[in-house]
Amino acid sequence: MLIPCPWCGDREDIEFKYGGSAQVAYPADPASVDDATWARFVFFHPNPKGKMPERWVHIAGCRRWFNLVRDTVTHEITPP
Amino acid sequence: MSRLASGGRIDRSRPLSFRFNGTPYRGYAGDTLASALLANDVGVVAKSVTYGRPRGIFTAGVEEPNALVQVGNETMVRATQLELVEGLDAIGLNGRGRLATEPDGNRYDKFHSHCEVLVIGGGRAGITAALNAAQTGDRVILVDEQAELGGRLLGAGWTDWLADSVAKLESAPNVRLLTRATAFGHYDQNLVLIAQQLPTGGRLWQVRAKRVVLATGAHERPVIFANNDRPGIMLAGAARTYVNRYGVAPGKRAVIFTNNDSTDAVAAALKRAGITVEALVDVRAGEAVVDTLADKFPSPSGGGQGGGLYGVLIAPLTGNRPLHEIQCDLLCVSGGFNPTLHLFSQAQGRLRYEEGLACFVPDAAPPNVEVVGAAAGDLGGRGQGAIMPYWVVPSDGQEWSNHYVDLERDVTVADVRRALGAGMRSVEHVKRFTTIGTGSDQGKTAGINETAIIAAQLGQPVGAVGVTTFRPPYVPVPFGLMAGRNRGDLFDPIRVTAIHPWHVARGAVFENVGQWKRPWYFPRAGEDMDSAVFRECRAAREGVAVMDASTLGKIDIQGPDATEFLNRIYTNAFDKLKVGSCRYGLMCKADGMVFDDGVVMHLEPDRWHATTTTGGAAAVLDWMEEWLQTEWPDLKVRLTSVTDHWADVAVVGPRSRDVVRALFPGLDLSPENFPFMAIRNGETAGIPVRLHRITFSGELAYELWTPSWYGLALWETVMAAGQPFGITPYGTETMHVLRAEKGYIICGQETDGTVTPQDLGMSWIVSKKKAFIGQRSHRRTDAIRPDRKQLVGLLPVDGDQLLPEGAQLVLQPNGAAPRKMVGHVTSSYRSATLGRTFALAMLQSGRERLGSTVYAPLNGHVVQATVTEPIFYDKENLRRDS
Repeated sequence: MLIPCPWCGDREDIEFKYGGSAQVAYPADPASVDDATWARFVFFHPNPKGKMPERWVHIAGCRRWFNLVRDTVTHEITPP
Repeated sequence: MSRLASGGRIDRSRPLSFRFNGTPYRGYAGDTLASALLANDVGVVAKSVTYGRPRGIFTAGVEEPNALVQVGNETMVRATQLELVEGLDAIGLNGRGRLATEPDGNRYDKFHSHCEVLVIGGGRAGITAALNAAQTGDRVILVDEQAELGGRLLGAGWTDWLADSVAKLESAPNVRLLTRATAFGHYDQNLVLIAQQLPTGGRLWQVRAKRVVLATGAHERPVIFANNDRPGIMLAGAARTYVNRYGVAPGKRAVIFTNNDSTDAVAAALKRAGITVEALVDVRAGEAVVDTLADKFPSPSGGGQGGGLYGVLIAPLTGNRPLHEIQCDLLCVSGGFNPTLHLFSQAQGRLRYEEGLACFVPDAAPPNVEVVGAAAGDLGGRGQGAIMPYWVVPSDGQEWSNHYVDLERDVTVADVRRALGAGMRSVEHVKRFTTIGTGSDQGKTAGINETAIIAAQLGQPVGAVGVTTFRPPYVPVPFGLMAGRNRGDLFDPIRVTAIHPWHVARGAVFENVGQWKRPWYFPRAGEDMDSAVFRECRAAREGVAVMDASTLGKIDIQGPDATEFLNRIYTNAFDKLKVGSCRYGLMCKADGMVFDDGVVMHLEPDRWHATTTTGGAAAVLDWMEEWLQTEWPDLKVRLTSVTDHWADVAVVGPRSRDVVRALFPGLDLSPENFPFMAIRNGETAGIPVRLHRITFSGELAYELWTPSWYGLALWETVMAAGQPFGITPYGTETMHVLRAEKGYIICGQETDGTVTPQDLGMSWIVSKKKAFIGQRSHRRTDAIRPDRKQLVGLLPVDGDQLLPEGAQLVLQPNGAAPRKMVGHVTSSYRSATLGRTFALAMLQSGRERLGSTVYAPLNGHVVQATVTEPIFYDKENLRRDS
């Protein structure tokens, strides 16, 4: 799979590390949320069949984090 | 001899000697082992895998299911693809190959390449596509599995066109030709893996192409009838290839059995070669070969063993089927052609059954993939003409158990019928039930026939049954090729410290810690590991000892917001730590579980060094960068890995101050002016050194950091200065014993991603005044359960018994399994200091069980242990702070 790094261009997937869903926001004030809300942030991540906004980092390249949308069925990648 | 007097592309001026099954034979350059064996009248090449039936040469290429041989350590080599070389020594497989007993001695490497157009297949269609692409100036790679380009044309008559086209391609500067190279995997976005054979091994090409042109041709398939596996039975096109390309007559008296027009050219070729065509049996004319007869006596085609082809039985397709027999030693079979769409399917292309052609053809192509020639269903070049789909010839009173569908796997029509009888319906299930297509040939001559049999049995159209999924690799690929040069010392990077040569010279025993080689212990003459570690521990506790701690992960943290950054990363606070001081820090993941630990050093107002565990350095840096970039981009902080920049010499023990004083006479080393966790700068023997009072042993200790270039010099200087004090080098095992006696954890040993700081009894390091990663999780219901596993010490009641690390703990010594497991041993050693064994463990409600007894049921015996505080030595830290 080729992954388009916004800084370096298309690179082989082995140069990247996966960062999971891009749709799980870090709670603004973790101390004020209840157990269930916090648990949803820590443990519950979407796993759709189809288009999925994801975080990636070009770990063996420029080491920058970025978002993209990957189709989990076809591996088609589109901008976030 | 069956070598023709003339003809073929073999070089008759270059005769070659070779051996097969120990017997010497002669062939020519340009032969394959298969053509040379046919020329020498060797009909039986191998025995089949399950039934041990004699098998001969069935094809002239990659699809060969029968003629498998062993050459040296290489097993399951296809005789039809094995180029004859002087001195070749091959053995026909007796069912199975023999696993290599020696490492693969071939040399393999890997090439990465990019091009605009990759053409796979060097036959007429592929050469044409490459010529067209080359005219645009694009970078073109043309790859073909054979030693020379031409594909099927090598066995036909297009020699002038071929020579002219190959010359054009060879002279084009933008075209690269790869021969003896098989594209075996076609992945996302046109990444194609190609295995190329070289005289001394092979090369793995990883080609990324803008566009792939698949000119992979078509494989002929047989019609299935009783005893269709005898030596002497051959695909019709292969017989023509042996005549035209290799100048070999594969028989003397031939029968041709067909359902299409391609065999017209075969018959003509056989006749030109002086082979008598006894009959042309055509299902379109209403008759078929029903069964074959074996030669009962040693014969040329039976290779002196019998079992070769003696004759065929022919009958009409309908009616009361009077049989008639024709004697022959060659039966040429054609059931039509299957476009070679393995790579197309691997790349997610879809197939469609084409009734008129009686084969599967490309339907929806994946992006930037094009199929041309026979692979695209253009079977005109094969002369298939009007075909009558026909798959299996029934024979009266037979159990279908000698109608072979997959010759390599010895699977028959009876097996397919049995699979369907057992309820299988999907072609994928039938494949797994029968093993059709699971041989090293991947069922290239079997797959579509399997589909047709299933379709007939279930009364479904062939297209509805479909084919099994094609998966890489298209041909068997040696593991050595996959590994390339990443073998032995090059398998993984080996990291060594600046001081490593000294350790090697002193006979250290090493252990791998991540990619690092670390001294494990330094045995003296006659010492085993236990006695060496005892001696090293005594030196550290009673005198002075020294360890190479250079492998510690080190991260340089700079910026005006560095203090705030550290406060958010670590569970404890750093805002009050003065320049010139260190502090131990612990970090958690968002789930509140301990992730890593290390000492953090405040060097300048905006500059820090954080140390990490040896194995965790890269992960910690990644973790810090992730938070900086994704959640805290407003923080002005920069991170740099400096692990390899510094050597770290740890001088440990009650006499360590004497050694350091000798090295740095100008420094005030009094405990008041250089206390625990302080940093000083000094110089010794011209070597700049940063001194830290840090301990991982619980003893008075100094860690001396110097730029790596000075590492070995500093170590040798320390050894010289320490010599009067009996300074003793020690390794990681002694380090472990010393730290465990003090109850110091190792992240990854005591912790496993399910352990909170509170579980470790380290609430003291968890700030309540500031926010840090994972803080919220420490208030979760699950994190404050009273029955969580907690860190405790264990003292085996018998102080000679050593608990194995990983041992599970239970509360009762006896009882029926399964007993409730309440904890596990994380660290366990023999202690010179304590004069006994001891251990650390994670135990449910551990702190409530202090003083109680737990049991570790082991293989055949039970170890009884008392639960203690997880600190066994100098609880008051008097030695550390002295």
